[in-house]
Order: sequence, then structure tokens, then C-alpha cells
Amino acid sequence: MSLRLPAPDEGVLARRAQIIADLSAIVPGEGVIFREREMKPYESDGVTAYKQLPLVVVLPETTQQVSRVLAYCHASGVRVVPRGAGTSLSGGALPLQDGVLLGLGKFNKVLEIDYANRCAVVQPGVTNLGITRAVEHEGFYYAPDPSSQIACTIGGNVGENSGGVHTLKYGLTTNNVLGLEMVLITGEVVRLGGKHLDAGGLDLLAAIVGSEGLLGVVTEVTVRLLKKPDVARAVLVGFPTSEDAGDCVAKIIAAGIIPAGIEMMDRDAIAAAEAFVNVGYPLDVEALLIVELDGPEAECAHLLEEVSRIAAACKSSTLRVSQSEEERLGFWAGRKAAFPAVGRLSPDYLCMDGTIPRKQLPLVLSRMRQMSARHGLRVANVFHAGDGNLHPLILYDANKPGEMDAAEAFGADILRLCVEVGGVLTGEHGVGVEKRDLMPEMFDAVDLAHQQRLKCAFDDQGLLNPGKVFPTLHRCAELGRMHVSGGQVPFPDLPRF
Amino acid sequence: MIETVHISDEAGLVAAVAAAATEGTGLDIAGHGTKSGIGRAVPAGRRLDLSRLSGVTLYEPDELVFTARAGTPVREIEAMLAAQDQMLAFEPMDSGALLGTPAGAGTMGGLFSCNLSGPRRLSHGAVRDHALGIRAVSGRGEAFKSGGRVMKNVTGYDLPRMLAGSFGTLAIMSEITLKVLPRPQTQETLLVFGLDPAAAARAMSAAMGSSCEVSGAAYLPAEIARRRGEVPGEVAVVAFRLEGFAPSVRARRAMLISVMTPFGGVEVLEETASRGLWAMVRDALPFSGTGERAVWRISTAPMAGPVLARLLADTLGAETFCDWAGGLVWVLMPDAQAQAGAVRAALQPQGGHATLVRATAAERSGDVFQPLEPTLAALTRRVKASFDPKGILNPGRMYAEP
Repeated sequence: MSLRLPAPDEGVLARRAQIIADLSAIVPGEGVIFREREMKPYESDGVTAYKQLPLVVVLPETTQQVSRVLAYCHASGVRVVPRGAGTSLSGGALPLQDGVLLGLGKFNKVLEIDYANRCAVVQPGVTNLGITRAVEHEGFYYAPDPSSQIACTIGGNVGENSGGVHTLKYGLTTNNVLGLEMVLITGEVVRLGGKHLDAGGLDLLAAIVGSEGLLGVVTEVTVRLLKKPDVARAVLVGFPTSEDAGDCVAKIIAAGIIPAGIEMMDRDAIAAAEAFVNVGYPLDVEALLIVELDGPEAECAHLLEEVSRIAAACKSSTLRVSQSEEERLGFWAGRKAAFPAVGRLSPDYLCMDGTIPRKQLPLVLSRMRQMSARHGLRVANVFHAGDGNLHPLILYDANKPGEMDAAEAFGADILRLCVEVGGVLTGEHGVGVEKRDLMPEMFDAVDLAHQQRLKCAFDDQGLLNPGKVFPTLHRCAELGRMHVSGGQVPFPDLPRF
Repeated sequence: MIETVHISDEAGLVAAVAAAATEGTGLDIAGHGTKSGIGRAVPAGRRLDLSRLSGVTLYEPDELVFTARAGTPVREIEAMLAAQDQMLAFEPMDSGALLGTPAGAGTMGGLFSCNLSGPRRLSHGAVRDHALGIRAVSGRGEAFKSGGRVMKNVTGYDLPRMLAGSFGTLAIMSEITLKVLPRPQTQETLLVFGLDPAAAARAMSAAMGSSCEVSGAAYLPAEIARRRGEVPGEVAVVAFRLEGFAPSVRARRAMLISVMTPFGGVEVLEETASRGLWAMVRDALPFSGTGERAVWRISTAPMAGPVLARLLADTLGAETFCDWAGGLVWVLMPDAQAQAGAVRAALQPQGGHATLVRATAAERSGDVFQPLEPTLAALTRRVKASFDPKGILNPGRMYAEP
């Protein structure tokens, strides 16, 4: 792996025993883990290609403990990497050799459910699905549904601004969080928002959601609850070309319809999924759309007719409307199994996460085919077509020399292409370490300096999750003075990873 | 009168801010100036007028997105979207009647910077929820960008959403990219009469907790019902808006009538009357023509709103009404006195924040926005300084300069 992390602080490494003793005084019992064998489960997150044992793992149980741990680290100059369930697909929770890995897994309680105000107050270690499980008997749910929702935590969702397949209609995490409690690196506790709409003051909530653990450690989250729609129905539509499928999505939206979800799969992804779960996907099409509609029964019935009519006018070659809940779930089973299904085709795969303006899809797919030939690697595509979020799955074999590097180079080329056509590097997985060095493809030095100065306002010593998101570490004093001209930074000799 | 510099492009904006930063001149940043009365008084040496930095640079209806320069009139944007049967889903308020500025004026930059959302904020989110990308100039006199033009984007910090509602104190937007949504085919409003504040809160909670997909829920006390022609009857009324495709609205009307059974009979306002009623709520029209009387806008937990409104009416002699299913309380004080201490003390047990949106200059020299506890206040100052180290952008507009 060519990944570079900030050089460890030798002084901190030398003080390891003392640091462990000091932290053990703050978090007693089994809350401090320091033996190599026991720290092993924390050495990587969802990006298993990157591994690093931390200095020590700390698992606090109370906000006060988090506050004391962070205040200690701040006073002692020790770096901290926060972690939820460790499902990040961008290496956001990758430990540092000289850093405390702060696991929030013990913060696993639903503190309050307030149906009358349609919100729930939960600890950050509660899983995404756990929130819905706690309220579904009253007909409510928490809307964002990342595919890892069974395991990923709401604290991690806040860190990454997680999405899911229903974001076009129901929004991302940032649109569904009303308030939070957060501990700054100094140990100070800050509360933002609450049960009311619009947090008031500067919208720091907006900055924190999606900040990938670089600004603070979230210890409590107030989320918005929604009433579960009466019914959900899906249409499965096959097309002879991806252009036709893209055209169909555009026409559905132009007709004023915002489906709960619109997923697209290309031929390779369809074949892999069908071979894996056998749900009756058509195999003679270039693109397959799943269009899901939800709401009152009368609305779904009306919109199903509209969508079917539009699809027929867009040269669809096959069309099935779900006639039962079982059939609807069947349509989704293939899509949801797409990653493991593709995984069966190949020993390893790399999942990319760019977003593009939807109309650019045919161009992006055709350029991707050329890249595939050039890099000598296959690629299958699943696409959140409603919001333009593209997940190319690059197939490779890590045991073949050079293939992993080739896959990473292919992935980087795809993300550059996404930016070139007006899109972005990451739609929902986060920058983490994985896309960190590509940030200059999208942002110039001035753009990045404005982001990094915000980081300084929260964490002036750069102790929280350093080495993630930003390709270059600047000291805050330098950033404060820095005058950038023509997009060029005046300190070319600063450490870059 | 302080001097005014007219900005017509981003390069001009960079030059103007850089010059002010060098001189240490405070800037009063305005589009049409319709919302200049919101916030603390700004002791500026120069006004930047961005109304000429106007025009739409991108609109792709199929992709539900447009980009406009900050000085573009909101009215132009709404007309452009309406021609494609689309809308700004957060339902921007026309603050003219409330603040005594021309009706129908206001720019995208002002709308974005004040994050003032209307009744549909309840179901569809605020201005900031639709923010996708910005180009802006910070107090360092540097142009930067953040976000993009796509719906789903987590590349770097979400500065566009954070800058929405920052009242021009962190950076000056030069270009704003927003998500839009289809305009509902039809709408109607269901009215429930004669509920007291506690019952109104329960009724609105029941409606929002049903699958009727209510996109506006307001509580209008009897004084307002008597005075305003948009509301039939002489007693307090709870109004629910249903929007969407006609078959769906019909079905949800039946569902909502059934949900409201415990609260009383329901009357239906058809489309035109429904639009009129929600324009009244959106623009706070019950408080128009009330001169210099102070007006508060309070965001609190929805169940607490109607009872808080009644308390403020009873103890301070205020007139009130509630939007956002009770979560937004509009308060018209009996005179020019804002009585900030009393209003904030009444809100305190419920949680939330109170903003003094209309007041005399003297009242606006105090806390217009909810005072922050010390740690958050210090963090807010550091964030402000990170964008605007010299403190030249709308100095003191949100909080007193240290």
C-alpha cells in the first residue's frame, strides 16, 4: 500500500505506558485496551486494505469520560481517531500508530423517544437500523438508510453525512438531524439544536455533519422521525441502452414525480446479481431501473401508471410492477446483493463512490469502458440514478502483482472523470484516507485553506483524526497568515502525504 | 449616508473585500436591502451592493438544480422555476409587508444568508437543506468554492449549508446552487375550528404523526381569524395543507378528516383560498401594518409552541400565531419594546431560539439572536475569525464584536 499517514510523534510513542496508565485512570476497567491481540479488531475499518494498530483503544461510556479523555489528549499532544462501528468505506476510522482510537460503541442507548414532537434522542453508538427498530411499532422510522444500516452507527452517520437509496426524496443525514451534543478536543461540551427546527446561531450542525471526525466527538444525537409511508411499490424496467434508461429517469422527474428511490444497474451488475440471488432480472438488457414509489395507496397507484407510461415511451424492453410486498423486496434483493454478487466474480473489488450530473451517465459509462480496457480490469456499475451517485465496482485480484495498484489507478481515473463532468469525488462514503490525495482535483489551495481554517477553529493543534480528508497538513498559525495567490500555496515545502 | 460600492462580478467583489481588509473598513453587505433590518445594527464604513451581480448561470430542470449569482432577484428565480412547474420547496418568505420594504423584492443572496423558510419548511426542509454549492469571497478577500451541483456530495466540509443563515458574517456569496423540486399539481387546506392551544398542538401532532403528508400546519388564534379575510370564521383555527397529485390529495383529505375526528369537524379550503391562506402565514401578513411594534420569530419544540404563544399573549399582551405544526411562533409585541428578557425567559423551559426580526435600532443594539452559552459563543467567534479575521463582514450583525 502506498498510503502515507502523518509521521508518528516519537515522544508520544515513548510515553505509551504512561499514557495508558493515565487513560486507565479516566476510563476504568476494560475500557482501555492496549494488548496487540485485543487491539487487532480495531486495526482497520471497512477499507480492510489499510491496516494500522493504534497506540491504545479507549472505550468510554459517558460524556464526562469522553470529555476527560479529550482534555487529556489535548493537554498531552496525543492524536485521537474517533470510531463508531468501523464500517467506513473511505478509511475514516483508520487508526494512527501514535493515536488513541476512541470507540463510541458503548454509547448504545436510545435515551428518549418523543413521538409527539416526532424525534428521538439517541447515543452515537446506536445503529442506524436500531433507531427504526425502536420506533417502528408506532409506525415511525428514521429515513436515511445506508446499505450498512444493520451495523453502522448514527454517530458514524453524522461523521460521514451518510445517505442511502432514498436520499432524493428523504435527504441525507444532515437533513434528518435536529441536534447533537459534542465534545471538543479541549474537553469542552457543546450542544447544538434540539427538538426544534433550524438550530439557531451559525449553522455549526451543518459543518459537523459530514466532518469525518475532524471537528469533535459526538456523544448524543437528536434525529427526526417520520411516519412510515402506507405502501411502497416498485417497478422493474429493462432498457436496450443506458441512454434510454437515463432518459426515462429524466422524464419521470420532469413529470413532477420524486420516487422514493431510483436505482440503475449495468449489464455486468445485473448478471452478477441475478446469478447470486435469482430474482428474475432480465439478462438481455443493457440497463435495469428499479423505481420505487411510496406514500398513500391512491398516490402509488396513480404514479405507477404514470411511471409505466413514461417507461414505455422511453423504449423500455421489459417492465414489471411489483404485485406484492414479497415481489417488491425481490426486486431490491438483487440490487442490495450487488456488491457481494460482484464479489463472487472476482477475488477482490474496489467500490468507488463518485457523483455525476445524471445526464453525463452515458458519457461516463463509455469513458469507463475505455479505461477498463486500458487498465485491463473489469468494472460493474450500480447507480443511485435519482441523485447521480455512481458506484463503479472495479474487479481485481490482490494476489496478482500490480493488480491492486492498477485498480487504485483506475478508481482515481474514474473519480477525476466524475469531477471533469461536473460531479464530485464522493457522494456518501466520505473522503477519509481513500480519496484524500484526490482533493486537489476538485478544490484549489484557496478552497482547501478555507476548509482547513474551519478545522483550526475547532482543533487548533490538529489532534482530531489528522491525515484524513486533507492532502496536506498545515499548522494553524501558518494557515491564519497564509495568503494564497493564483491558487498556489506559498509553502511548497510543507509535509504532504 | 455611507458610500456604496456596486459589485457586478466576482473579481470586483474580491477587490472590494481585499481593499476593505487592508483598510480595516467594516462592510454592510446588501442585495436589495430588504432584510437589512434583521440582525443587530452594523457599524459599517461602506456598503457593498450586490444587486448587479445578477443572473442565472445554470438551470437543468431534469436534474432539479440551478445556479444563480447572489444578486439575482428571488422573483426572477421563482418565475423561471414556475415555467417548468418547479419551485423552491422551502417556500421563501416575502418579508416586505412585515419589514416595510417593497413587496416582491429580495435577492437569492439575501434569502440564502438569512435562511428564512416558509410553511413548507415543516415537511421539505429549510433553505440550507436545499443548498448544494456556493462560490463566495471570505473576509480575507479570497474567492473560494465549496459543494457542487449534484444532490449527493460529502467531499469536504459542508460549507454551503453552514454559510446559509450566517447573515453575511463569514463570507459573501457570489454564486449559489440550490436543489429545486416539482411544484405540486394541486393543493387544498383543511380547517379545524375552536381548539385551545393545547388541543391545537395535539391536533397538529396527530396530523404530522399520520401518513397524510401534511405540508403546512398552522394555528391561528381567534384575534387573527377575526381580522384576516383569508381565514373563515371568528374562532381559533388549525389549518393543514395537503399538496400533490389530485388523486393523492383526495385520498389524504379523507384520511386527515378521519384523523381529526376527535378534534372536531373539518372545513375544506379549495386551491385558490388555500394559496391565499398560506401566503398570509408565510409572509406574516397578520402583523403587516403594525408600524414599529417589535416582532419575534421563535423556533421551539412543536408541542410547546401553541402554549408558549398563549403565555406570551397573556403575560406580555402580545399577538401570536404558530406555523410549522407549532414549532414556529410569530410574536407581535404590544409596542416597540422587545422585552427580550421576558420573551427569552418564557422560552427557556421549552428550549429553542428566539430572534428579534423587527425592532427599533435601539432595541437591535442588544441581542437580536439567541445568546449563546460561553463555550459555543467562543467557538462561534473562532469560526467567524477563521473566515473573517479582520471582522469586516457585517461586523456585529449576529453577535457583538468582542
